[in-house]
Amino acid sequence: MIQLKNIHRTFQVGEQTVRALNDISLTINKGEYVSVMGPSGSGKSTLLNVIALLDKPSSGRYLLNNQDVTQRSDDELAKIRRENIGFVFQFFHLIPRLSAAENIEMPMILAGIAVKERKLRVVQTLASVNLQDRAQHRPDQLSGGQLQRVAIARAMIMRPEILLADEPTGNLDSKSGTEIIELLENLNRQGVTLMIITHDQALGDRAPRQIRIVDGQIAQ
Amino acid sequence: MLFKDTLIQAIGAISAQRLRAALIILAMGIGVASVTVLTALGESARSYIVNEFEALGTHLVIVLPGRTETTGGQPPLFGETPRDLTLEDAEALSRSHHIAAIAPLTIGSAPVSTQGLERETNIFGSTYALRRVRHLTIAQGSFLPKMDANKAMPVCVIGQTVREQLFAEQPALGQWLRINDRRFRVIGVLASEGQSIGVDFDEMVIIPVASAQALFDTRSLFRILVETKSKQSMYQAIDEINSIIKARHEGEDDITLITQDSVVNTFDKILAVLTLAVVSIAGISLVVAGVLVMNVMLVSVTQRTAEVGLLKALGATQRQLQGLFLTEAAILSLAGAVLGLLLGQATLATLEAAYPNFPVQLPAWALLAALGVSLFTGLVFGVLPARKAAKLNPIAALAKK
Repeated sequence: MIQLKNIHRTFQVGEQTVRALNDISLTINKGEYVSVMGPSGSGKSTLLNVIALLDKPSSGRYLLNNQDVTQRSDDELAKIRRENIGFVFQFFHLIPRLSAAENIEMPMILAGIAVKERKLRVVQTLASVNLQDRAQHRPDQLSGGQLQRVAIARAMIMRPEILLADEPTGNLDSKSGTEIIELLENLNRQGVTLMIITHDQALGDRAPRQIRIVDGQIAQ
Repeated sequence: MLFKDTLIQAIGAISAQRLRAALIILAMGIGVASVTVLTALGESARSYIVNEFEALGTHLVIVLPGRTETTGGQPPLFGETPRDLTLEDAEALSRSHHIAAIAPLTIGSAPVSTQGLERETNIFGSTYALRRVRHLTIAQGSFLPKMDANKAMPVCVIGQTVREQLFAEQPALGQWLRINDRRFRVIGVLASEGQSIGVDFDEMVIIPVASAQALFDTRSLFRILVETKSKQSMYQAIDEINSIIKARHEGEDDITLITQDSVVNTFDKILAVLTLAVVSIAGISLVVAGVLVMNVMLVSVTQRTAEVGLLKALGATQRQLQGLFLTEAAILSLAGAVLGLLLGQATLATLEAAYPNFPVQLPAWALLAALGVSLFTGLVFGVLPARKAAKLNPIAALAKK
């Protein structure tokens, strides 16, 4: 499903060239549960951004569902993201003026899905993350764990095959962190390809497949 | 993304920043209000003056003695010719078939007195035809009698102001009025006319033209007012007037003809340009409002960087993001325009209440133009912030807390 072939990503910082990703080749199959670990600055966030199509590799090929996505325009990438990839961020990234339901609805609004269908799916998805009674609450009225559940609901509303989570528990206490991880693993059991980036060794160890990144390279 | 959703999201974003939105709407509103008020005033002044002239009759020809080469500017008010216009010239004009009425005119200023009350006022020497040519209305008595223009007669018709000042306590009709050292009997009082193109008939004493010439000891006429039979016959009438006077003035083309048309057109043009100039100045405030819209939108984009990054990550295309921010700018501008129109209408209504004689109305085109221009400025100045939002790098935008 995700195939990276000899991916390089370099940044120009002043005179220096920083190699954030140095010849990464990686294949992730459908339905896998992968954790990516590594010290900060190792390039794991860059790897996630490349996989998420938010960043373009400097060289190398990236095949998503056997289609080359390295040479696409920004708008084409936006559409691929919309249909295929769900995001969960460390800082939740909910829009503060919108209610939980409206935040969850946003990807469908961007996709131009009809209002009726949207309402139906929002109700179902809210139920699946156990937030039926919080639909009309705004982010500042919700706890951290609830915010992350809203974010997961938003990530899953377009029914993507890939779910990318960047430090999903980084901002949560251990109890709600465990809840969130269980929610994500549950989604993985339903067939979603799950990729979690984390510092947390205990969290990383839960994944059947663990990838360590050091200095922009995969350490075996 | 559905258009309705774009609208809803834009309105949501605006209502999250109420004070800022209110201020920008106010700025745009003031701009639109000043443009509409000034347009309305300019347009009203134009139509007021044009109407005023047209009330004089659209087929009026004014004959002035003398001829100066016209290179633009004002028509010559005082002739520069050795040959005066005379009563005989005026009478000769009646040979033309296209002329309905001829009113020779002599004017001067003289002290007018009765029973110890005296004031200086303007004396109009003319004939009974003046009433028709200038559309005068008689309040009491009668106008100058129909008689030979060469004949002097000690009668006069006075304006309302003169009547009030000299005959406040008693009926004016039949009383004697002394003008210089001559006496005239009041045979009529004009109805109040108000100002009519600088000539205040309320302040006027009208006497037969021959009497006026004797009074001021002159043979020349100030001008001759001619009413042609119809608007179509005006041009033949002008040719005939020219040829008749030329024949009488030893082949010299030494008169100037002013038609009502040309005067109206000139004023029309001058005032249209003036209106345009004033409105352009007011338009500057619209541009300022546009810059404010841009500023507000730039702040909005900066404040919502993380949101923009998120929307990109969720699959928003550049076009969608631009659409969102442009819609926001357009809504702000339109709201400003509507507020401005309301403010403008309120100002105009106040002006109308204060000056009921001066009809102020906003032409429909100005209303639409104000709406259009404000929307246009809003969009033009909204493009830069919208593009900035659309071009944001999602990773950097998301990294920003």
